[in-house]
Amino acid sequence: MTTAANVGVRLESLLGADRVTGAAEDLQDFAIAGLLPSAVVRPASAEEVTQVVQFALKENLSLIPCGSRSKLEIGAPPSRYDVAVDTTSLQSIAHYDAGDLTLAVDAGLPLRRLTEILAEKNQFLPLAVPCFESCTVAGVVASGIDSSLRLQYGTARDFLIGAEFVDGAGKLCKSGGRVVKNVTGYDLHKLLVGSLGTLGIITRLNFRTFPLPESSRGHLASFASVEDALSYYKIVNATGLPLANVELLSPEVASIIAAILKRTDLSLSRFAESDKWYVYVAFEGHESVLRRIAEELEKHAREGRAQTHELLEQTADETLGGMLREAYEWLRWSAPQVALVRIVVPTALANDLAEFARIAQTNSLQHALLVRAEGVLYLALMASNSDEAALAALRNAVRDIFLAAREKKGHAKLLHAPVTVTAFAAEPPPHGLALSVEKRVRQAFDPHNIFAPGRIVGAA
Amino acid sequence: MSVKADPAIDALRRELLVLLGSSDVLTQSEDLVLYEYDGSVEKGRPDVVVFPRTTEQVSDIVKLAARHEVPIVGRGAGTGLSGGALARSGGVMIAFSRMNRILYVDTDSRRAVVQPGVVNQDITRAVEDAGLYFAPDPSSQKACTIGGNVAENAGGPHTLAYGVTANHIVALELVLPDGEIVRIGNEHGDPQGYDLCGLLVGSEGTLALITEITVKLSREAEAVKTLLAIFDTVDDASQTVAEITARGITPTACEMLDGWTLRVVEDYINAGFPRDSAAVLLLEVEGLREAVEIQAAAIEEVCSENHAREVRVARNDSERDLLWKGRKNAFGALGRIAPGNYVLDGVIPRSKLPQALRHIQKVGEKYGFHIGNIFHAGDGNLHPIVMFDPRDAQQFANAVSASEEIIRYCLELGGTLTGEHGVGMEKSELMPLLFSDADFDLMRRVHDAFNPNSSLNPGKIFPLSKGCGEIRVAGQRRVPASPYK
Repeated sequence: MTTAANVGVRLESLLGADRVTGAAEDLQDFAIAGLLPSAVVRPASAEEVTQVVQFALKENLSLIPCGSRSKLEIGAPPSRYDVAVDTTSLQSIAHYDAGDLTLAVDAGLPLRRLTEILAEKNQFLPLAVPCFESCTVAGVVASGIDSSLRLQYGTARDFLIGAEFVDGAGKLCKSGGRVVKNVTGYDLHKLLVGSLGTLGIITRLNFRTFPLPESSRGHLASFASVEDALSYYKIVNATGLPLANVELLSPEVASIIAAILKRTDLSLSRFAESDKWYVYVAFEGHESVLRRIAEELEKHAREGRAQTHELLEQTADETLGGMLREAYEWLRWSAPQVALVRIVVPTALANDLAEFARIAQTNSLQHALLVRAEGVLYLALMASNSDEAALAALRNAVRDIFLAAREKKGHAKLLHAPVTVTAFAAEPPPHGLALSVEKRVRQAFDPHNIFAPGRIVGAA
Repeated sequence: MSVKADPAIDALRRELLVLLGSSDVLTQSEDLVLYEYDGSVEKGRPDVVVFPRTTEQVSDIVKLAARHEVPIVGRGAGTGLSGGALARSGGVMIAFSRMNRILYVDTDSRRAVVQPGVVNQDITRAVEDAGLYFAPDPSSQKACTIGGNVAENAGGPHTLAYGVTANHIVALELVLPDGEIVRIGNEHGDPQGYDLCGLLVGSEGTLALITEITVKLSREAEAVKTLLAIFDTVDDASQTVAEITARGITPTACEMLDGWTLRVVEDYINAGFPRDSAAVLLLEVEGLREAVEIQAAAIEEVCSENHAREVRVARNDSERDLLWKGRKNAFGALGRIAPGNYVLDGVIPRSKLPQALRHIQKVGEKYGFHIGNIFHAGDGNLHPIVMFDPRDAQQFANAVSASEEIIRYCLELGGTLTGEHGVGMEKSELMPLLFSDADFDLMRRVHDAFNPNSSLNPGKIFPLSKGCGEIRVAGQRRVPASPYK
């Protein structure tokens, strides 16, 4: 019989000692919401993943798949966590037809490495995501993390064309295919996006790739008030210009970026004025297209009461674009204790932003707000210390944000928070009685509830 | 004309008449026969057709059918090409043609909430004054309904750049087989929890009935340029497509018509396709004026490098509309040539296009059929059209064999069975060529999570040979033999 004490040994006999870790100091790196697994296993092939899942089924063990672990804290705390399945040994590229712009890549390949490989053919995958230097392809998909290119290219669901994964019956399954258009069978692979490991262990993902843009530029405008900034944000979004990214930065976000840059060789002097709201716009294409877009943005900025506005020179643009891509990473470490909430409401209005800010203020918390592309809000609630009062304030604020988002026919989720906040702040279930459907889908994939149990509220 | 006697069906018909009234229920054979067809070569007659007007009525119909253990199939305009909207097992057909209201349009957030019976093109008509349109544009868009588009995850020429239906749906209202009404997704489009819309779109009516749809609206482009590239060989045309793709040029549409097909189209429509050419490419680029000029020039360069005889540019909207009329009415034109045709929908990697077209030609020669090609070349979605006489049993069998050979070749090249028409009852027996038992087991469990008794659209997607619970319902006695057996 397998127990917490011998699970590592049993797994070693299954896959070999070099594939298993049970040492306490190593397990710490795999902690989720304070929970540690009893062992970490690193399968080196889809077949080995299958063996691990079949072993878990037999021994009634829960598994949580992970890649580089950069986004492991997204999601509700697991209700059980016996074994971490580290997929970083799955690194091959099974198929790359550059002429067809299609790709099949193993789960654990680092996105950075894949980007380099695709760049050799002048192509790329439009996943401009945080922790870009370390994250794995499957981790990006399973975490559902935002890409700062979603405005132009969509989210992973829009260019993920197939997948292979081990399901809760312990079988290697596939969905979709390797062509760009396909309606053969159910699109099960779409469910994997943002599924947080609850539906299966991804072993391979098929994508449509894209040609690298000829060039890209950024434009930055500052505003005295949130109303002016939001008005410009909306005007820019309504122009019909082909934009890659539009983000609205609160003064606090600008200050954090300025402070981070101060510690590096890079600097963005524009952010020195910390009381301003900023709107950053990125765009890509041929030089003549860039010129045209820049001219129009300048015109809209002038007419939109921008206090400053400029086309960023290339280095500054790359710096700011890179910082915004990594917003998830630095926002969560922007104060001694931070709850980073991702909020989606149908249309973000100035009074919505004011209400979220008020919730922070009512709870005596600092906050920083980023309105990302397509109106996705990132709100960092920041406590200046770690005492119980601060944690209680974070808990209350997170709860109120959840309720406010729901009232606005939207939803919110925690991307990062102290453990005591995560454990307390249960995300309200989806609208419209879809809860039972979520549960049934989850059970279809994972009849024995072994994959990341509890991580998606409503699906457990 | 008399109708078949079946106590369960008779009782259900009576109850449906009470529920909906006689103007919204069809029970007579002469009426039902009109609903036994869609755009495919398949048939399946329902026992009763109902025309609900509200979601609540749909729910009530579903509950009644469940009580009598009678299967249900949803239907839009019946333009589908895979038998998806046919009552393979008889039962109740829910025709959504009277649930055809556009409920709400928000031009600022670019969303529209519509009922499933709204005709695809009517969504665009309702919002075009605001410079918006609904992007998925299947050839049948003047007739097909958005409910059918969602069920099949319909494509169209411009989905090359803008994506298929799934990319334009953010929320759905569903009626489950027990009558429960459920909403999934949200107006924003960023799902909480699982991407259930991603699963439901393209599920071919086998998971739930869709009673309300929230769609994304797209902005009309500032500039558009339509090009007609004319070739003396099919090989040159297909090589051009492969190179346009490989060079990262992204037209919004890239359609091919081979010489035989374009001559048939010309006889019917006079779209301006040159009759003496071996193939044409209908290409479109959209976007900012500057981008359109650059892309069009790049496309012209590739065409000329691949020996295009000429590249014509539509000079105005009416020339453009005429070219597209030729493309979109091509299937109608082919209907004049032979009593029957079999349209395939396989997809291949774009890099393999030249060899795939050569193979199709060989298969046609082998079986003595004319196989026309008019298809979405830019995304590798082939539509070989096998022309035959369905009244001739041998020809029918040969048409099926030729089609299967072509489809198998698509799979050999790394492609798939269907790019936009759906599996339906037409391709279900070919599914094992692509999917393993484990794949089917999982798909079956997902199917059963929604539709545990297979009361919704039985006999679709899953091969009958795989069981998959598809024939457990009352209609099992009328499941027809597959044409592939």
